[in-house]
Amino acid sequence: MTFRVVHYINQFYAGMGGEDTAHVEPSIRKEATGPGLQLGNLLKGEAEIVGTVVCGDSYYGENMEKAREKCLEMISSFKPDILIAGPGFNAGRYGVACGDICAAAAEKFGIPTLTALYSENPGVEMYRSKTFIIETGDSARAMKNALDAMASLSLKLLRKELLGSAKAEGYISRGIRKSFFHEKTGAERAVDMLLKKIRGEAFETELEMPVFKKIPPAAPVRDLSKATIALCTSGGIVPFGNPDHIRVSSAESFGKYDISGLEDLTAANYESIHGGYDRVYANEDPDVVLPLDVMRELEKEGVFGKLHDYVYCTTGTGTSVAHAERFGQEIGEELRQAGVDAVILTAT
Amino acid sequence: MKAKLLHIQGGIRMRLEIHNALVRDVQWGDTTCLRDGTLSINRDEAVGVVAADENFSDVKLELARPGESVRIIPVKDAVEPRIKLEGGTSFFPGFCAPMEPVGEGKTLVLKGSCVLTCGPIVAFQEGFIDMTGPASPYNPFSGTNNVVIVAQPVEGLEKHAYEKSLREAGLNLSVYLAEQCKGVRADNVEVYEKGTLSEENEKYPGLPKITYFCMSITQGLLHDTFLYGADMKHIVPTLVHPNEILDGAMVSGNCVSACDKNTTFHHVNDPIVLELYKRHGKEINFLGVIPTLESTVLAGKERTTWMNANLARQLGADGVVISEEGYGNPDTDLCMNAKKCEDWGIKTVVISDEAAGTDGSSQGLADATPEMTGFVSAGNVNEMIEVPPMDRIIGFPKSIAFLSGGASDSLREDGSMYVELQSIIGSTNELGFSKLGCEWI
Amino acid sequence: MVREMEKVMGVPVVQIATIVPIMMTVGTNRIVPGVAIPHPVGDPEAGPEKDRKKRRELLERAFRAMQTEIAEQTIFTE
Repeated sequence: MTFRVVHYINQFYAGMGGEDTAHVEPSIRKEATGPGLQLGNLLKGEAEIVGTVVCGDSYYGENMEKAREKCLEMISSFKPDILIAGPGFNAGRYGVACGDICAAAAEKFGIPTLTALYSENPGVEMYRSKTFIIETGDSARAMKNALDAMASLSLKLLRKELLGSAKAEGYISRGIRKSFFHEKTGAERAVDMLLKKIRGEAFETELEMPVFKKIPPAAPVRDLSKATIALCTSGGIVPFGNPDHIRVSSAESFGKYDISGLEDLTAANYESIHGGYDRVYANEDPDVVLPLDVMRELEKEGVFGKLHDYVYCTTGTGTSVAHAERFGQEIGEELRQAGVDAVILTAT
Repeated sequence: MKAKLLHIQGGIRMRLEIHNALVRDVQWGDTTCLRDGTLSINRDEAVGVVAADENFSDVKLELARPGESVRIIPVKDAVEPRIKLEGGTSFFPGFCAPMEPVGEGKTLVLKGSCVLTCGPIVAFQEGFIDMTGPASPYNPFSGTNNVVIVAQPVEGLEKHAYEKSLREAGLNLSVYLAEQCKGVRADNVEVYEKGTLSEENEKYPGLPKITYFCMSITQGLLHDTFLYGADMKHIVPTLVHPNEILDGAMVSGNCVSACDKNTTFHHVNDPIVLELYKRHGKEINFLGVIPTLESTVLAGKERTTWMNANLARQLGADGVVISEEGYGNPDTDLCMNAKKCEDWGIKTVVISDEAAGTDGSSQGLADATPEMTGFVSAGNVNEMIEVPPMDRIIGFPKSIAFLSGGASDSLREDGSMYVELQSIIGSTNELGFSKLGCEWI
Repeated sequence: MVREMEKVMGVPVVQIATIVPIMMTVGTNRIVPGVAIPHPVGDPEAGPEKDRKKRRELLERAFRAMQTEIAEQTIFTE
């Protein structure tokens, strides 16, 4: 008797299209499709993909409760022993959807669930404790390894095998500590580690100190009518032609653009180069991502003091945490020196 | 005076020979002796050694061997039978032995045997030992031939007096056993030798200098540790030669959470001392051991940790291994020790257990500091373990309700238990005695 | 990015975006939920007038957020 597997994927992997179809509602296929075909091969004999549930990434992101409910219904109809989602690599919306549906299915049906994401995918922080997230590379180039690892862990979960550490099993830890017997005693491990430390060699601590990455909120603006406000976006809005060649994803730079005298963003002067969302609207009217027109209006009305002469733009998709932090620091420093009183940053 | 001190010759290089006589079995017999690997004990004589203390109304001795279906509960301390052959009198200076320096000459060890002290709980938090089954891998005592003292205090005996009596009973019995076996031939001899700091520094100028902070429970209220008989909560940290640790200078008076208690057995077998000694002259220059305290007040924590760091600094240490005893508020001392040393460029690695909750998802330390970048885990004290009933119980099974890691419903009718690792003595020992640790899952 | 900007500048950095849980995770303090992923500060589907009105509404909300004293991450829904 083979185990029944349901596979969840997005519109792109189901072959329905790219960003233009990101709004499709959940649907089912009665067999494996897309990466599920190879996944099914890897599970052959022991488990079988009996159905696939497909949902548009934007639909899921913008209608989470509805999408979740509908998908759970569809998943349930296949009577699965396990739900496998993705792999989602570094796609933010897809990763969130994969994590969300896995967490929900695990809770509702009590079945094992797993997905596979790149470590910086926002879905990881949000759902790692609620499902198993295999660690993948940052793009579909890592598909083969991802599928191998997914199949392997799935079978272990289905067979109810005793698992080793997260590292040993290839998934991103769920934030739980478990005791295991090592090869060496604690004393030996301590002396080994100390010698490495002294010699300046790489070593791995057995427990990382907690890092607190939230900051206390800044004090509010006292007098808005006199305040200088800056606009920024990670929605990839740039002057037409992308003069600074900002990358469509995995941005390594940001752009700074002079908007003094500019009243409105149009298809002629600005565009979106962001690879991670449907750019139709933004290209027609970039104001829907970077709201210059209404800001000018509000400025003229005296609601706030002045709109800062420069906007800062980058692409948020696939941007590494390290880069994002650096952008924040650099942009922040420039704006601080310019005496800006507050910032509005839009993201897609 | 002169005559008494004659046997203490010593010299610049402290040299200690550990003579291990292997014990493979323990039995009651007509004479107390070790023959062909069997430790034979004259029961009446042995009981008499313990019962000499008038604080006990009843004394029983029981034997527990590896692999037997036996549970010993509650265990207060574990003591390895040892005796000075040369270079000292008796064993445990300040207790069974007179006040004299140790760490030189020859010491006999009845290796593979152990004395365990057991008595009814008087709001203590001791642990249990299973000689077989799922709990047995969690401490060395399931692998030793144990002589268990089960001693009842006289009615109305004050807690501190009872603790002292039982502690001394364990030391006295272990010394008695070793003493009776003095003539036996050792199966193997280990030599521990190290000169003065100047000598060793000159011999090994290029090797990293390492010292070791042996943090010890010193909370009072029956949670104490003794160095040469001195109650450590009243001392300031100092430097001792590693041989002194191996030769009984430290005794445990600690009745706190069983899992990470450094029993007297653990002290003479200190795995950090042994590991550093192994590498001395090869990979490191082992400067010595700094037995130190865990004060319960902030001023005490600051004083102790500053003095620890200063000692390390004065010694020119490049690195320190820091072991904790206990968890909770000593986690603060642990962080301070790590931070102060690291701030002065002295590299540190700490060994500590984690209190990560029964589900493993809580932060394991009560305190944290970014400088504690080298952490070796001794396991999660709250992890649950299912243990089956044993055929024989030595001690007081109902006391499981009062052990850390146990609860009134931990013990079932059939004798099986569902308890935290905390309640198994030595399970998360922070000297890094076992191979246990934690991983992320 | 928003968190780092706010840390460096010491002034409010209000983020308008659709996927609120992500903003919570990455540490944004003042959050205004956006309309949709491809158009966070607009509603082009509803026609130019409603689109602009929506944009204004969200910006005014952002202004309110930047003038509000808060102690922890806060989602401004009005």
